Formats: sequence, structure tokens, C-alpha cells
Amino acid sequence: MSEALIRLEGIEFSYPPDREVLAGVDFALSPGERVGLVGPNGCGKTTLLHIMVGLLKPTAGTLGAFGKPRREEADFHEVRRRAGLVFQDGDDQLFCPTVIEDVAFGPLNLDKSPREARAVATETLRLVGLEGFEERITYKLSGGEKRLVSLATILAMKPDVLLLDEPTGALDEASKQRVGEVLRGLPQAMIIVSHERGFLEPLTTRILGMSGGKLVANSQSPIAARSISR
Amino acid sequence: MIIFGTLGRSFIGRIDPRVRVLAAVLFSIVVVLCRGYGVLATALAATVLLAVVARVGAGQALRRLTELNVFMLLVAVSLPLFIPGTPVFHIGALSWSSEGLWRAGLIAARANAIMIAMTALLATMEPAHLGFALSHLGCPDKLVHVLLFMVRYVEVVHVEYHRLRDAMRLRGFRPRFNRHTLRSLGYLTGMLLVRSLERGERIMQAMKCRGFRGRFYVLDPLKICGRDVGFAAASAALAAFLVWMEWQ
Repeated sequence: MSEALIRLEGIEFSYPPDREVLAGVDFALSPGERVGLVGPNGCGKTTLLHIMVGLLKPTAGTLGAFGKPRREEADFHEVRRRAGLVFQDGDDQLFCPTVIEDVAFGPLNLDKSPREARAVATETLRLVGLEGFEERITYKLSGGEKRLVSLATILAMKPDVLLLDEPTGALDEASKQRVGEVLRGLPQAMIIVSHERGFLEPLTTRILGMSGGKLVANSQSPIAARSISR
Repeated sequence: MIIFGTLGRSFIGRIDPRVRVLAAVLFSIVVVLCRGYGVLATALAATVLLAVVARVGAGQALRRLTELNVFMLLVAVSLPLFIPGTPVFHIGALSWSSEGLWRAGLIAARANAIMIAMTALLATMEPAHLGFALSHLGCPDKLVHVLLFMVRYVEVVHVEYHRLRDAMRLRGFRPRFNRHTLRSLGYLTGMLLVRSLERGERIMQAMKCRGFRGRFYVLDPLKICGRDVGFAAASAALAAFLVWMEWQ
């Protein structure tokens, strides 16, 4: 087995003043793996993703990503490029007036020329099935379209890992299926936070739950999982 | 939002945003410095011509000018009271001077000329282009970012406001003049501020995740072409002509 892409050891985290959400999380993501992460609201799933890309600093524990230990803000610049985090709310992620500008924002930050950035953006939009959306206004998109454009903005940076925070939250059945199909077609290793086991099961290689601030294997039915991971 | 609206592909709409911003600034400075009615009449005529070329909608222009001139009316009524000179008419102890009326007329002519010029030159531009133009012209990045994010998120905040407001109404809230109303509206405002702040933080995080390092890059690099040089020369010539008229 090759080396883990992201490795967490004994990660602890509390929100001030003293709300502990993570109490010693151990986790490793191997290449090609697709991990589903379930658990009740507020149990620390989003926090965990934010720690992986250095948006939050753990109070204890060590974090390694792509073969190096990561501690300082500067260490995470590379991590954020290689591990793309898709936010829960499209309105947080999409801030440019048009879709093409938003998708090209990441590549431009990575010092691509405008011409290359536009080419990458157009290609990425095709990949998620949004050809012809280039000049659409981001805040006028539907919920499902926003989610796919958010995904495209991250894919345009060519990440090795995708971190998806509730990719199907507040979507209708058709949009959910569309997001699922797009994700299934992608080669990246993934961590998918979701409440929907029906969505996760066909898509992931294993499913973890959170219990008492730790990650635990989760193989129960949805109802049992809910009652156990309180 | 007052200054954004007419997005056109007119002749003016194709001029480089930087040139348009510079022309608007130059024109405004010259107009503010001029004192002769002949000069200001020429300037006004030039801006009206510009607005026609820029295909500014008549309705939009009139709405803006009405708002401005209601304010100018106040100036015309109050200014002659305070500027001493030959009285034109009086009511009791209040007397309106002709010098004051003259001055008020000058201010109104200037304000109208500048408003029409801004509408023709800047309102025909996408906010993002205005932002980039300002940034290229040395405006501090922070101010430019504030402008761009305001344009993007004013709608989101507005929707959030309506959601909260509807939720209040659904629970029987009707604004009256009492403490409960004031307190509730205070909570509403406070909640909007908190949510906007938190959204701002999430946007910042999302941008960091995509490699943002405090600088924006443009997808369509702006290039100055012959048309832009021509327009810049014409603007400079107009400014010089107005200054020459003023000094005659």
C-alpha cells in the first residue's frame, strides 16, 4: 500500500470557550480511496475538513499531507492546491460575476496565463456537464448548478484530493443524481461529508462516523447510525 | 445602486475602462473649476452628445437627473438667502439676492454636466471592469475589493434580509412605533451584520483554498487600441477647449 495522501494523528480541536468537537482523531486517506463521513449536525465533520487544509489550527495532534508534515500557514498553500475543498454553500464559494471568471480564479492564482486559465476553465465546465454556462451570472444559478460550478472551480486547480462538504445538501433528486454521476466519473481520492447514506454507499469505498469526537467505522443502517453517534 | 445599469456595446461601451475613468475625472475637475455660463453650457451640450453616443436610456437619465435636481432646487431656494447682493424679491425679513441665484445656477449646471458625463462614461461599464480600471490607475486594492464584493454580495445580503423579515412577519410581527418594534428591528440589523461578517469569513476561506494571495488577475487583459487613444485625445481636447473658453 502506498503512502497516505493525508494523515491525521491525535487531532484535537475545541471551539472557544470550551466546546470540544474533536478528541483525538486518527485518519489516513490512501490514493484512490473515497471515504464517506457521516454524523449528526455539529459533530465536527466540517471542522475536520477545515483542519485538513489549514483553515483551522488543531489544538493538539499532527497533520501530514502529500508526504510532508504541515504546521504553518505557508505549509498549507500547497495543500490547498492539491486538496480542493468544496464549500457547503455555493454563495460562499462563488464570488465572481460570471461563471467563467469564477472557474478561472484558481488557475489565475496559480500563475497561469489568462489564455491557459480560460482553456482550463472551459474544459472543466465541460467535465461537469456545464458547457455553455461560461457567461452566466453566478448568483442567478439554481442550487444544483451552483453546486456543480463550485465543484468546477475546485477541479480547475487539478487537485489530487477532493474534500466535499455536503455536496447534496438542499438539492432535489435530479440534481443529487447529477452531482453523484459527476463525482463517480472523477479519478481523485475523496472525502465526502454527507447525511445521506443512499448517496454515499454506491460512491464510496468506506464510510466513517463520528462518535465522541473520534472517527469510527460506520456500517450500521442509517437509523442505527443516527442513534449511536449522538 | 446608482452608478451601475446601462451595459452597452455602444461606441463608448467599447472604450477601455481606464480611459473612460480618466476622461470622467478630467472632465469633472475642469467643470468644477469653470465659472462662466457659456463654458458650462458648452460642457453640458458636450455631455448630452456623449450620452446619446453612449446610448444611455432616456428614462434612466431622467430618473437620475430628477433626483439630482430636487436637491439642486433646495440649493436654489436656500443659497440666495445667505449670499448678500441685490435683492430680487423678499418675504418679510428674508430676501433672495440675484448673486445667490446666479451662484445656484452655476452649481446646478456643473452638477448636471458631471452627472450626465458619469452616466455616459461609467454607468455603461461592468462593475468588474470599473474595479480593474481603478486598480490599474493606482487606486488602493482594498478599496477596489470593497467595491467588487459589494457588487457581488449586496444581493445576497438583501435576500437574507428579506428571509429574516418574512420569518418575522410569519410570526405576526407588524412594525409599530413602540419599544418592541425598535428592539426587533435592532436585532434584525444586528443579525444581518453578524451573518454578513461570518459570510465574509467563509468567502475569504474559500478564496484562500483556491490560492488567493491578495491580488486579482483579469481573465480579459485590457489592451489600449487606436480607438482608445482617439477617445483620450478627444477628451483632452474638449477639456483644453473648456479651459481656454474660461480664460478668455
